Amino acid sequence: MLYAILCYHDEAVVGAWSKDEDDAVMAKLSVVHGRLAAQGRLGPVARLLPTTAATTLRKEDPPLVLDGPFAETKEQLLGFYVVEAPDLDGALQIARELGEANPGGAYEIRPIGLFHGASAP
Amino acid sequence: MSDLAWIEAALISARPQAIGALLRYFRNLDTAEEAYQNACLRALKAWPQNGPPRDAAAWLIMVGRNVAIDDLRKTGRHAPLPEDAAEISDLDDAETELADRLDGSHYRDDILRLLFICCHPQLPATQQIALALRIVSGLSVKQIARAFLVSDAAMEQRITRAKSAIAKAEVPFETPGAPERSERLAVVAAMLYLIFNEGYSAGGDSVDARAPLCEEAIRLARLLLKLFPSEPEIMGLAALMLLQHARSAARFDADAALVLLDDQDRRLWNGTLIAEGLALIDKAMRHRRTGPYQIQAAIAALHARAATPAETDWLQIDLLYGSLEILQPSPVVTLNRSVAVSKCRGPQAALEMIAPLASRLSNYFHFFGVQGAYLMQLGRHDEARVSFNRAIALARTSAEAAHIRMHLDRLIDESRNSEGERRATLD
Repeated sequence: MLYAILCYHDEAVVGAWSKDEDDAVMAKLSVVHGRLAAQGRLGPVARLLPTTAATTLRKEDPPLVLDGPFAETKEQLLGFYVVEAPDLDGALQIARELGEANPGGAYEIRPIGLFHGASAP
Repeated sequence: MSDLAWIEAALISARPQAIGALLRYFRNLDTAEEAYQNACLRALKAWPQNGPPRDAAAWLIMVGRNVAIDDLRKTGRHAPLPEDAAEISDLDDAETELADRLDGSHYRDDILRLLFICCHPQLPATQQIALALRIVSGLSVKQIARAFLVSDAAMEQRITRAKSAIAKAEVPFETPGAPERSERLAVVAAMLYLIFNEGYSAGGDSVDARAPLCEEAIRLARLLLKLFPSEPEIMGLAALMLLQHARSAARFDADAALVLLDDQDRRLWNGTLIAEGLALIDKAMRHRRTGPYQIQAAIAALHARAATPAETDWLQIDLLYGSLEILQPSPVVTLNRSVAVSKCRGPQAALEMIAPLASRLSNYFHFFGVQGAYLMQLGRHDEARVSFNRAIALARTSAEAAHIRMHLDRLIDESRNSEGERRATLD
């Protein structure tokens, strides 16, 4: 089964990390990524730019373009993983491993219904 | 990340909002700062045990407020207490309630006000920046002193002076109307760009000390953008800083000498910062309300999009500088435009364009550097040498001077070679 692991955290807090702290977290994460990839469990991974770079299209008639993220929330969607796990326990285990490398915030584990492989580079 | 590191990140990110709200309660910068410091001390004790509060800023505002009210009572200082100053004892309930109130518009105006009072027109620009970095960003006096290349004591004095000027000045505490708000926003944007430039114009030796200023300016611009998500000029400002900062690793060589855009190793440019900058300028353009920051960011974007210097769209850059000259006429803008003109129409046209600027830019390093370069390209080496020597005399950093010296050396080499050639033909 494929799961999306959606990464939520307060982006102002993440933005207050020094470059060294950010690099250290990314280095720790890449170890976990490497391990998951070697086990054939890691799908696409994305780190999103800040929500200030986001634009929202409200699908009204006519569609409305708004600056900023879809919802103003205390914690923001900052990235996501697609992983392969046999069941929820397996997916939670992966999320725990990622969480050890990158503490703070929350992961939402969402089973994936339909998945198209990448066509963009 | 250790306990201390996440607490520190949470405190830094909550700071502008917390001090902004405390300033609204106490109407006194020192009291607000002290209250915030006290709240931080308590956070350092409480958070490792209890875990992070749901809303760090709300927690700090409430604790800071209670401690300060307590102090005011104990010391018998009869400062007017804020309305609604009843002490809140049950932190959990109160936190929820306060967080709800903070989500409102107050919070936006609190932060804007805090930034705005740092830009008080009576303060010289260097004091504005120092004050903002101390109060809004929470940089230590030592860090700021290092960035400005002055002693700790001198910086301490500068900040104290700025604070006492603010204390005497009229600070607008009422909720601003739309025109005041946009006026404040423009003043604050200019101050953030000053902070950025203070970091960006650093010489080779002081780059490490000043890079944090660029990062801090970008962080505050993102904060401002979060508060005002549909302001194209704020998008432009953030984009401009991101696109310029993206090149920082390529701007100086191993000997700390300045590397010009054409000669930079573009693989050293930071792709993530460029992507964010391009996304923001893209968003800004959709509003069709152009402004100086957007135009400058659009110019920076054209450089960022060119994989090699030869692919730079100089014609478009020339047009953009043309619009900037209309919006914000200045000899420096024309001087910058002349670089695009030299690429599109050659050095003679560029030289003619900057000739009328000579009297107004007679103390400007870049004027003589650029003039010398055009003269050199035209083969007028003797005149080029005169311009380069003037530039060296006006250089503000050793990197600037070293860069011009490199041109002079090239001139000397070239004249030696051509003399050699002449001799060879005579022989």
